[in-house]
Amino acid sequence: MGDINNELDERILVSMQGITKTFPGVLANDNIDLDIHPYEIHALLGENGAGKSTLMKILYGFYGADSGEIYYQGKPYQIRSPHDARGIQIGMVFQDLNLIPALSVAENIALFLPNLPAVLNHQQINEQIEDVSKRYSLHVNPNAKVANLSIGEQQKVEILKLLLSDAKLLILDEPTRVLAPHELEGLFIVLNKLREDGYAIILITHKMNEVFSCADRITVLRKGRVVNTVLRSEVNENDLIEMMFAKRITSVETPEKQAVDRSGTPVLELSSVSTTGEGDAIKLDDINLQIFPGEILGVAGVSGNGQKELSDLVLGIIGSSGKKLINGENVTNRSIPVVRKKGVVYIPENPLMMAAIPFMTVLENFALTNTASYIRFGGLAMDWGQIHKDALAAQEKLGFDVPLYTIAKALSGGNLQRSVIAREMSRQPELIVASYLTRGLDVQSANAARKALIRARESGAGVLFISEDLDELFKYCDRMVVLYQGRIVGVFTPEETDIYEIGHLMTGSEVLYAAEE
Amino acid sequence: MLQKNNKVDQKNSKLDKVLNQVLRYVGMVLIVLILFGLILLISGSDPIKSYQDIFSYTLGSRYGFTEVIVSMTPVLLTALAVALPTRVGLINVGGEGQLYMGACFATWGALTFSHLPGWVLLPIMILLGMLGGAVWAFIPGLLKSLGLVNETITTLLLNSVAPMIVAFFVYGYWHSPMDTNKTAMFVPAARLPRFFNSRIDLSFFIALALLILFWLLLKYTRWGMEMKAILGNAQAAKRNGIPINRYWIIIMCAGGAIAGLAGMAQVSGFFGVLMAGFSRGVGFMGFLISWMSFGDPLAIFITSFVISVIMTGGNYLQLTVGLPFAVINILLAFTLFIVLAKPVFLQRKVA
Ligand SMILES: Nc1ncnc2c1ncn2[C@@H]1O[C@H](COP(=O)(O)OP(=O)(O)OP(=O)(O)O)[C@@H](O)[C@H]1O
Ligand SMILES: [Mg+2]
Repeated sequence: MGDINNELDERILVSMQGITKTFPGVLANDNIDLDIHPYEIHALLGENGAGKSTLMKILYGFYGADSGEIYYQGKPYQIRSPHDARGIQIGMVFQDLNLIPALSVAENIALFLPNLPAVLNHQQINEQIEDVSKRYSLHVNPNAKVANLSIGEQQKVEILKLLLSDAKLLILDEPTRVLAPHELEGLFIVLNKLREDGYAIILITHKMNEVFSCADRITVLRKGRVVNTVLRSEVNENDLIEMMFAKRITSVETPEKQAVDRSGTPVLELSSVSTTGEGDAIKLDDINLQIFPGEILGVAGVSGNGQKELSDLVLGIIGSSGKKLINGENVTNRSIPVVRKKGVVYIPENPLMMAAIPFMTVLENFALTNTASYIRFGGLAMDWGQIHKDALAAQEKLGFDVPLYTIAKALSGGNLQRSVIAREMSRQPELIVASYLTRGLDVQSANAARKALIRARESGAGVLFISEDLDELFKYCDRMVVLYQGRIVGVFTPEETDIYEIGHLMTGSEVLYAAEE
Repeated sequence: MLQKNNKVDQKNSKLDKVLNQVLRYVGMVLIVLILFGLILLISGSDPIKSYQDIFSYTLGSRYGFTEVIVSMTPVLLTALAVALPTRVGLINVGGEGQLYMGACFATWGALTFSHLPGWVLLPIMILLGMLGGAVWAFIPGLLKSLGLVNETITTLLLNSVAPMIVAFFVYGYWHSPMDTNKTAMFVPAARLPRFFNSRIDLSFFIALALLILFWLLLKYTRWGMEMKAILGNAQAAKRNGIPINRYWIIIMCAGGAIAGLAGMAQVSGFFGVLMAGFSRGVGFMGFLISWMSFGDPLAIFITSFVISVIMTGGNYLQLTVGLPFAVINILLAFTLFIVLAKPVFLQRKVA
């Protein structure tokens, strides 16, 4: 390895030297060196909590490093704020997305444009957005309010925002977790083009196939240190995983699917359910579905076609017409506490917004869904000893080790997702509503989460499994439905269909699935 | 290991924060004193002498000190009436109106059941006062949880209605034969007992007890924790199965009830009669105090005390050196302004 520099451009665009960053009780970055060249896509890998996001936030000026220097084109450069970073054309998409909910898509993007005029020309901005989004298959409605967008749509807006800015070094922190296959394809086409034009791209991801399909160089972090920087051609997947975890990880064996008994009462039954779709929310239209005990029902679809509304509907956030039965009991339009008491657990698409209280500790968050069972003296006090025990047990079952006394907001993206999964799966669930279950999880944790799901199925729980990762859906689901513009447009068992057919249905057949050519 | 470390660190930074706060407050008080000294100079008084007078009266004399406590009592309650709803993210600007309604309900009790002995009548009046305030807060709470109107607007609007209702009853039905704008003096049984041979009455101790309960509620109870969750992220709290609409209504009503209690205490303890337009902005003062204290019980106590010292001292100066009351208002305004502006240069950097 050593002399990689010569193979690429002579001049290093940005060089981070000896970066160290501590948070209370955590050494997040430990003396890290990282060089970024123009004309490269640089993948940054590492397990959850390894320090990837922290390092990038330092480069973007969002955090100050405790020590270490940053050089820009060979000269020392002080980055004290994102404004400084923008000054040398560094742009970043944060892992936990960073849009202003009250503004529209166009306004959010406009705010990020270079030399924004004092008087906004909305039409021009909209055209610009539509132009770029069409070119790269990243469709969003410029006039929609961000608060009403699904997580996948928000991710697309963030990427568009970055593409439309003048950034020459693009930092993308796990941009691919919630994108559909054809959107991923679009994204990688853009990234490749940008690389050819001399841009530099830093891509954080947990998906190995993405690393191998586009990265030029790869840096692996473990516990805040650089393990190594390698050329893609020098390594294979197992090497990388070994570097990340310091051990070999066997992938989960594809589970034996047992035949589901569809004669009894379904865990969840929706019959002729429709919603009104207030605001920009997607209107669910005549949804009929049943999930039986021991069944995983997959929901495929491009984000923003009603997945968020569907999971919210099951939990009881939004009301509907039609009938919603849980274990045969009518719970249409009943409140969330009632639904939760029936054994429904919920892993939402956006944990920081929809599951966790940012300024409460992991432990407090753990207690929240079930405060009633931890009370002492009729509610005058909480049994923190018991909560602690249960939280530890829940994590242990999954092999997670999220610090219990850290506030949720300070967790790494993966650790946050782990804490939510641990909490929800500890409740003896009868119906699991899971959106993007493995979002942000490293390979090891993703395996653990999937195993937990399978265990739940084996013990007779039903699962509503929302994902855009078709491979995942095919591997784990007993049946699948495809959601398109708020309607179910197809029901399959994985054996009856293939990725292309589903891909067609997901996009309403307008966009051809790119892998088809 | 790591977790323990974390805890220690958190404690350290907490200590740091407290120190920081104290320094800031001292700095702010100094700024206020200097600015006001200038105003005193301009208005022709000797600032040093005036300050001496204020402090020796309010803090140095027994009578003055009890007067500080007396003026502090109602604002403690109205501040709490604002602080409680802020803990679930509600902004209750309606303390003033709720206070009037509390006074109104309590007065009805005092006039209707005047034959009852004090140990029966006073609890009835307290309950009625709280009910009056709660009713007045229920409307905004309900509208909020139905997602119809923001509580800030409704509580504010209802403020101007409540004094009119009071005036309606006082002028129309309850006024004494001699005056048209107030009721007859309450019977002794309807007066809150006083202590220490001063004007300090029972409501001061009730206020203290409520502040302590408030603190306990937040710190230890299940409900305090659920409230913290609602404040931190209402959307997530809702999805976690916490009945946030119920909390919004109940907490709003509880806040109103406390403001209503302040109203009851004013008529039963301080005045002994119900006058139209009696409040002089006690409800609004509570709002400011709550916001200056970030809804923290101890800070509410300290801030109320400081403000009461200024008010009482100001009143005293008005009597002794004939300082126009407008100048005291300027002092108050300064204090509020400085505290709310939280001068940046007084903040030590917390890592
Ligand atoms: N603001 C913060 N306050 C305290 N600790 C933090 C903060 N941000 C990050 N950390 C801690 O620093 C460590 C590294 O976090 P970071 O977010 O960089 O991980 P990551 O590699 O991006 O992980 P993931 O794959 O889960 O996103 C974690 O232990 C995390 O808890
Ligand atoms: Mg991260």
